[in-house]
Amino acid sequence: MKILVPIKRVVDYNVKVRPKADESGVDLNNVKMAINPFCEIAVEEAVRLKEAGTATEIIAVTVGTSASQEQLRTALALGADRAILVETDVEVEPLGIAKVLKGIIDKESPDLILLGKQAIDGDNNQTSQMLAALSGYAQATFASELKIEGEKAVVTREVDGGLQTISVNLPCIVSSDLRLNEPRYASLPNIMKAKQKPLDVIEAGTLGVDIEPRNKTLKVSPPPVREAGIIVETVEDLVDKLKNEAKVIT
Amino acid sequence: MSILVIAEHDNEEIKASTNNVVTAATNLEGDIHVLVAGSNCSGAKDQATKIAGVAKVLVADSPEYEHCLAENIADLIVAISANYTHILSPATTNGKNYMPRVSALLDVAQISDITSIESSDTFERPIYAGNCIATVQNSDSKKVITVRTTAFDAAQNDGSAEVVDLQESHNLGISEFIKEEIAESDRPELTAADVIISGGRGMQNGDNFKILESVADKLGAAIGASRAAVDSGFVPNDYQVGQTGKIVAPNLYIAVGISGAIQHLAGMKDSKVIVAINKDEDAPIFQVADYGLVADLFTAVPELDAKL
Ligand SMILES: Cc1cc2nc3c(=O)[nH]c(=O)nc-3n(C[C@H](O)[C@H](O)[C@H](O)COP(=O)(O)OP(=O)(O)OC[C@H]3O[C@@H](n4cnc5c(N)ncnc54)[C@H](O)[C@@H]3O)c2cc1C
Ligand SMILES: Cc1cc2nc3c(=O)[nH]c(=O)nc-3n(C[C@H](O)[C@H](O)[C@H](O)COP(=O)(O)OP(=O)(O)OC[C@H]3O[C@@H](n4cnc5c(N)ncnc54)[C@H](O)[C@@H]3O)c2cc1C
Repeated sequence: MKILVPIKRVVDYNVKVRPKADESGVDLNNVKMAINPFCEIAVEEAVRLKEAGTATEIIAVTVGTSASQEQLRTALALGADRAILVETDVEVEPLGIAKVLKGIIDKESPDLILLGKQAIDGDNNQTSQMLAALSGYAQATFASELKIEGEKAVVTREVDGGLQTISVNLPCIVSSDLRLNEPRYASLPNIMKAKQKPLDVIEAGTLGVDIEPRNKTLKVSPPPVREAGIIVETVEDLVDKLKNEAKVIT
Repeated sequence: MSILVIAEHDNEEIKASTNNVVTAATNLEGDIHVLVAGSNCSGAKDQATKIAGVAKVLVADSPEYEHCLAENIADLIVAISANYTHILSPATTNGKNYMPRVSALLDVAQISDITSIESSDTFERPIYAGNCIATVQNSDSKKVITVRTTAFDAAQNDGSAEVVDLQESHNLGISEFIKEEIAESDRPELTAADVIISGGRGMQNGDNFKILESVADKLGAAIGASRAAVDSGFVPNDYQVGQTGKIVAPNLYIAVGISGAIQHLAGMKDSKVIVAINKDEDAPIFQVADYGLVADLFTAVPELDAKL
């Protein structure tokens, strides 16, 4: 079984991002970048399927600038076999990314496509579902457990009310939730080895798909600030404030 | 032209998130239609007709819609989409699952998790865990939108909409429901609760959540948790509040033994009143709390319980 894992380069989750002073966008000067945590979980799941003998090859792919090679190397160090960078300077939206990824599916014919449920920068939570639509494949989103059973994937999903288990025909799209696994750390020897693994660069234009944005960001502003609160000394004070000042309990 | 709202329901009842989306839709121009797709869903249909501001309720009652499988629901929505300028759903796990599929099938972008409608094509949405608010203008002919329900009040239930039965069958047969483990609880749903008390890693184990339950009983509160508490197995996944869990905005949010990581704050900082109980006076949660109590939770929470 061949697995394709689309990954994204994002601002590290520890960074508190701010809008630019002129509100024209997000201030990303000199911030630390990383592989999106959900994508890391997707890579880990693919590696575990390979270690279990279920998968034979893992291909990591990303759509972005040449800087994204760094995150592809991380995926290779975690256990992907080869990587593809679809290079573009355009700020591609999920629909465009899904179209590019569909082009890669057509070339590589993977049996399973594992993505993150959401990128922690755009917070869109769209790409995997859109890719499923464009491929005509079934989708198993927000996965907390994945089992391959013959021609099907049995997936437990994290839903608002609890957990839902579905069975989907392969090839299919699976998006990872937080509890799917706990990703390993790349070892130093594996980081060294990753430098030798193949990384192909394709120009996005050569795939012949429309990646022009449909959304225009008019401005990016800071969220409303909460007024500073107070520290109460005792539980009694707290209950008094909640009853008589905030009036949220009776 | 009209606006289509996709109802969130469990076949028997409409979820309040549907009412929030209807309110969002009233900021747009056109009749509002609500789609109830389910199986044996006459209960949900009846309730949908009562949502104020709704002109028509479209009903697709068929076994293939019972579990809201994205493949079938998306095909149904696309099939009936021709006369709508806007298609909206709540940003619940269901909406997040089928709506991007709908938009890709329609070859339009989706605008996720909007918190405000500026005009028919311009919307506000939080990005980067709510640290920035983006105002986006969409150029597609149809707008496919998921709505952050906490940003819009719930529409009243004093309406009387007309019912239209749809004879639409869409069963792709590529996905199948197997089972579901849905927590039964007498407590209000997290996303609709007036009061929430949440526990974090500081709770130490699942058993200790009992002290929160006792307070919750008195306040009629829902119980939430941080990711750390869920990952540690103290409580189930559906308790998680945050950027990648549930977004909540109750009148009162009590955070107990939670440090206040960006990702947690993203899910609760729009609450009206925030209380934090933490033994570390430097915990970032105190920066958003209206009332902070620096104390050991194992003495403070039982004391709070006794004083209520
Ligand atoms: C200020 C600002 C505002 C923006 N507003 C919008 C907006 O309103 N609407 C909009 O559509 N876009 C917007 N964008 C673009 C957006 O940030 C993303 O770059 C893009 O839309 C992808 O969305 P996401 O990463 O949130 O996708 P998600 O759907 O959340 O990503 C899920 C998964 O898809 C895969 N994936 C995502 N991106 C890639 C990639 N480049 N290569 C390979 N796999 C990938 C990964 O597996 C990832 O885990 C905005 C960008 C900025 C800077
Ligand atoms: C991709 C990604 C997505 C994430 N999504 C979410 C999300 O949706 N929601 C979320 O919550 N997190 C999320 N996180 C995790 C987040 O970064 C934090 O790790 C998490 O919120 C920490 O949980 P916590 O506050 O319970 O634990 P900790 O940070 O360990 O804090 C525990 C707190 O308890 C206090 N404490 C300990 N003992 C006591 C006591 N006896 N009395 C009083 N106080 C005590 C401590 O002082 C400390 O402040 C995400 C992380 C990533 C990378």
